[in-house]
Amino acid sequence: MLGGCQMVLLAPSGDVAVQQRNLLLTSTALMLLIIVPVMALTVFFAWRYRASANATYDPDWHHSLPLEVVIWAVPLLIIIVIGAITWMATHLLDPYRPLGRISAAKPAAAARMSENAPPQGPLVIQVVALDWKWLFLYPEQGIASLNEVVAPVDQPIEFRITSSTVMNSLFIPALAGQIYAMPGMQTKLNAVINHPGDFEGFSANYSGAGFSDMRFRFRGVDRQGFEAWTRATREKGGPLGREEYLVLERPSEREPTRQFRDVAPDLFQAILNMCVDRAKMCARDMMAMDARGGGGKEGISTVMALEYDKSIRRGGQPIPPRSFVTAICTPADVYGTAGLTARVAN
Amino acid sequence: MTSYPEWWKLVFGRFTFEALPLHEPILVATFAVVVLGGLALLVLITRMKAWGYLWNEWFTSVDHKKIGIMYMILGVIMLLRGFADALMMRGQQAIAFAGSEGYLPPHHYDQIFTAHGVIMIFFVAMPFVTGLMNFVVPLQIGARDVAFPFLNNFSFWMTVGGAVLVMASLFIGEFAKTGWLAYPPLSGAAYSPGVGMDYYLWALQIAGVGTTLSGVNLVATIIKMRAPGMDMMKMPVFTWTSLCTNVLIVATFPILAATLALLTLDRYVGTNFFTNDLGGNPMMYVNLIWIWGHPEVYILILPAFGIFSEVASTFCGKRLFGYASMVYATVVITILSYLVWLHHFFTMGSGASVNSFFGITTMIISIPTGAKIFNWLFTMYRGRIRFELPMMWLIAFMLTFVIGGMTGVMLAVPPADFVLHNSLFLVAHFHNVIIGGVVFGIFAGIAYWFPKAFGFKLDPFWGKLSFWFWVVGFYVAFMPLYVLGLMGVTRRLNRFEDPSLQIWFVIAAIGAVLILFGILCFLIQIAVSIIHRDALRDTTGDPWDGRTLEWSTSSPPPDYNFAFTPVIHDHDSWSDMKKRGYQRPLAGFRPIHMPRNTGAGVVIAGFATLCGFALIWHVWWLAALTFVGAVASVITHSFNYDRDFHIPAETVLREEDSRSKLLARA
Amino acid sequence: MAKAAAQVPVSNGAPTFYVTEEEHEHSGGSTMLGFWIYLMSDCLVFAVLFATFGVLGRNYAAGPSGADLFDLRLVAVNTGLLLLSSITYGFAMLAMEKGRQAAMQGWLVVTGLFGLGFIAIELYEFAHMIHEGATPMRSAFLSSFFTLVSTHGLHVTFGLIWLVVLMRQVARRGLIEANRRRLMCLSMFWHFLDIVWIGVFSFVYLMGVLK
Repeated sequence: MLGGCQMVLLAPSGDVAVQQRNLLLTSTALMLLIIVPVMALTVFFAWRYRASANATYDPDWHHSLPLEVVIWAVPLLIIIVIGAITWMATHLLDPYRPLGRISAAKPAAAARMSENAPPQGPLVIQVVALDWKWLFLYPEQGIASLNEVVAPVDQPIEFRITSSTVMNSLFIPALAGQIYAMPGMQTKLNAVINHPGDFEGFSANYSGAGFSDMRFRFRGVDRQGFEAWTRATREKGGPLGREEYLVLERPSEREPTRQFRDVAPDLFQAILNMCVDRAKMCARDMMAMDARGGGGKEGISTVMALEYDKSIRRGGQPIPPRSFVTAICTPADVYGTAGLTARVAN
Repeated sequence: MTSYPEWWKLVFGRFTFEALPLHEPILVATFAVVVLGGLALLVLITRMKAWGYLWNEWFTSVDHKKIGIMYMILGVIMLLRGFADALMMRGQQAIAFAGSEGYLPPHHYDQIFTAHGVIMIFFVAMPFVTGLMNFVVPLQIGARDVAFPFLNNFSFWMTVGGAVLVMASLFIGEFAKTGWLAYPPLSGAAYSPGVGMDYYLWALQIAGVGTTLSGVNLVATIIKMRAPGMDMMKMPVFTWTSLCTNVLIVATFPILAATLALLTLDRYVGTNFFTNDLGGNPMMYVNLIWIWGHPEVYILILPAFGIFSEVASTFCGKRLFGYASMVYATVVITILSYLVWLHHFFTMGSGASVNSFFGITTMIISIPTGAKIFNWLFTMYRGRIRFELPMMWLIAFMLTFVIGGMTGVMLAVPPADFVLHNSLFLVAHFHNVIIGGVVFGIFAGIAYWFPKAFGFKLDPFWGKLSFWFWVVGFYVAFMPLYVLGLMGVTRRLNRFEDPSLQIWFVIAAIGAVLILFGILCFLIQIAVSIIHRDALRDTTGDPWDGRTLEWSTSSPPPDYNFAFTPVIHDHDSWSDMKKRGYQRPLAGFRPIHMPRNTGAGVVIAGFATLCGFALIWHVWWLAALTFVGAVASVITHSFNYDRDFHIPAETVLREEDSRSKLLARA
Repeated sequence: MAKAAAQVPVSNGAPTFYVTEEEHEHSGGSTMLGFWIYLMSDCLVFAVLFATFGVLGRNYAAGPSGADLFDLRLVAVNTGLLLLSSITYGFAMLAMEKGRQAAMQGWLVVTGLFGLGFIAIELYEFAHMIHEGATPMRSAFLSSFFTLVSTHGLHVTFGLIWLVVLMRQVARRGLIEANRRRLMCLSMFWHFLDIVWIGVFSFVYLMGVLK
């Protein structure tokens, strides 16, 4: 399956991708209603009215109201139909929207009640696009995995996605459509895998020299398999705290698959807020200050604590913590309210 | 780097000898070829003592026809460069499988796909459409030149300046490695510290000034300089599409200029517009660049639509079906092209309502576009179709473009776009509309108007060969990319793991080679036509039984275009004139007021280009000097009030008499 | 030229296909239209900068905001100078219409001095802010502020250079048609900058201080 000599977009294994495939086919069929006659008529007219054929010649015929109505109305009608489908499908398949069904036959509510599914909500996987590899964090399980992501079949997955330096795009064609991964921002993707197997995932947005190798494996496994993988990771994985992350974050290519345990619980939030390095002010704190009117003239000197792009290019070396103004005046609970998602910004 | 002393940095900025790509055999070989070819050309020009002629008659010319031709030559030269990039990419992707790295390492490959996109859009497609508009529009509206002839010359040289910078990046330093729209943060100072991005920024900035001014010029020309009687609804369709295109240019290129300027400030001054930190917002760049970028697509395709409209009515021997709906469709497309930019990044995480809005506006554009296709179709109906080369391009266009339109609507459905975005399906789609629409249109336009420009037709044999290589090559090169896109293969990859994909890339590479033959046949066609120019001579000025004003004058037209300004009573005015027994005036000529040639455009654009080069390499003294030089030469030029002259009536009489003799021979 | 359409003579059925008597065509009309189109395109540059300021204008990056930095009195003086310069340019144009070259040159000098004052105060304001550490590099708010305001300032500067050049040309050749046309163009340019400044003043400064 990993390679897929077949067209993965036309035969996907996740329900979201299946619905996206159906949409592709429907819109194509609707358009063929007009494309095929146009192409046929083009060829026919070109042949019928060639100069040597001496067919009817009417050099002054250049207007026909009924015909004009038809040539505007028929495309209009088709676009109205596709437009209506688009409106509905875009809302139904909004990557931010929690899944309404597991597959065509199985609504999400029913799946939740069946015995081999977990009672709680979707499996949360936090995704970080690094230069040039993918880090997947499992906050509930306390584990993480590099360049490989494992998920149980038929359980909704909620990806929360960010990036450490530049823009990438998380794309697992067999599972669902892609969504951008952007530094300092969080995007979301809800999806479900319906068939076990190994699938290809990669970055679909060019991100620099190591882009071509920014691939990972998506493994759909059954529930027991997932538990076994989680257990094994907890046992054999290396630790992943802030220091380890800052080393991992440095640009590298073709990193082998690796597992981590004891993942710092606030690591993803720190990555998202660009403050894994403790010397840095978290973006949410900065934004909270800005919402209250900024840091005033005293804030001018906090610039070192806010510079991110320059220091990350240095290779993510942790620099010794220094004190700055916000440390004192930031409320403790801006965590959930920082509103850092791309959706807000849009 | 450290071995260079302080004074070196003051004098040469960040230029070092390491910046010369001496270690890259491909580049050294290319450089050698370019140098040898360039030297040969220089020697030839010198031997023929042609410098004075080139300078006086061409480089400093303010004649819209000559400037139009120079734009076309620029387009052809840059097409060769841009296509060489395409061949290299296809070659790399066809062999880089199963552990093979191919022959292009990422740092080279990434420059190539960036340069390919930038060159093809800004320095091939834009010069071609600008060149055709420049040459044709004044003739079609019965004018003697554009509204601002000097500005026209200056605009051209600014475009050349941008092209020169892109070409220079090949041998001095490097080009951007960011993709053709250079999204930050990747294109910011932190993640792309080299000169490549700066070449990109200054090349586009300088060429963009030229494009904007040429847009202003043509809008003013079309609004103010139409011949008496030609009201808006009697304008030829190509003039209409040119008007809409230039309105789009004027209304979008400033946005590009401002956006690039902000990125430039981020890189040079350290501001925080598009950075991750200190409050910057990279998403804003993506929005701004596409607010320019989407209308840009229509800037390219609308003139092609206009060309095809002219071609359709001429070679079907028939008035264009639905002139009014053609015009309204063009205007509707112009307006709608502003309301769709977000469809280039549905995957950025906007809400479903925003995405659907932009998806649906995008689909709505297909309605007027569809109407246009039907109009051409019904122009053929009950026509008498002559399958000359331009008409063949029209048929190929109609069959190809509808496929591109269909895949375009597929990409406009946001959930479908989530799986197709950035894939090779997308790459296939936009090549489908740009090659199948813009490029086919340009070739149709070249074949159609070449006799007007040079006085002889293009050789049909080599033209048809080129046509078939292009059309077949296009399908062989890009249909596999549609398939690969459906296999979930994304764009801009340097190498692949899955060996089952290779066959498709090999087929695509073969297609690229076929297109190469198409280009070569086109060049041969021109050479053969020049050699056989006497056999292909057009003495009538109207070789295709044309319908618009440009065919009423001689081929090539005299400097003044029309001895007397024509008066228009109907659209398809020349057809109308022929039908109602128009008699060419043979006497009573008067002196004709014309603009004078000037070298100021070359000088100012030269300073601007040097200034850009100096800024790229951080050679601040040279940048300051050339900037002052540019401003000073603008001021100096403004003190020159002697900008026009009169062609004496005797000269006009002589020109017109020689035409009478030609016509008598025909 | 297109306006002539209505007067095309059609004498007893045989239409005229060309004009033999050409009105002496100077590109005057086209120049005003062309310059106006250019101004509209320039307007879009400002639109982008305003939009940028709209997006980034509250991103202080834990640094100073407009309320901390702006000295409204200074900006009010500046606004006054620019508005006055627009009026004096208007007087110059009135003098030009009456053919009073010396009076016109005088008003242009006054306009130039007002413009110079405006630039000087703006530069003082910038220098003061940068001296305090509120540089364009400090935050996205400051980046967009400095870029918007200084783009306007650069336009004024080029307007001043143009003004000086034009005064020299008028002194040399008098109020010939070409010079009148150029003065009209600069007039449009100058008033355009005034209008943009009103946008800057209310959108950036007033709203910046109000919060």
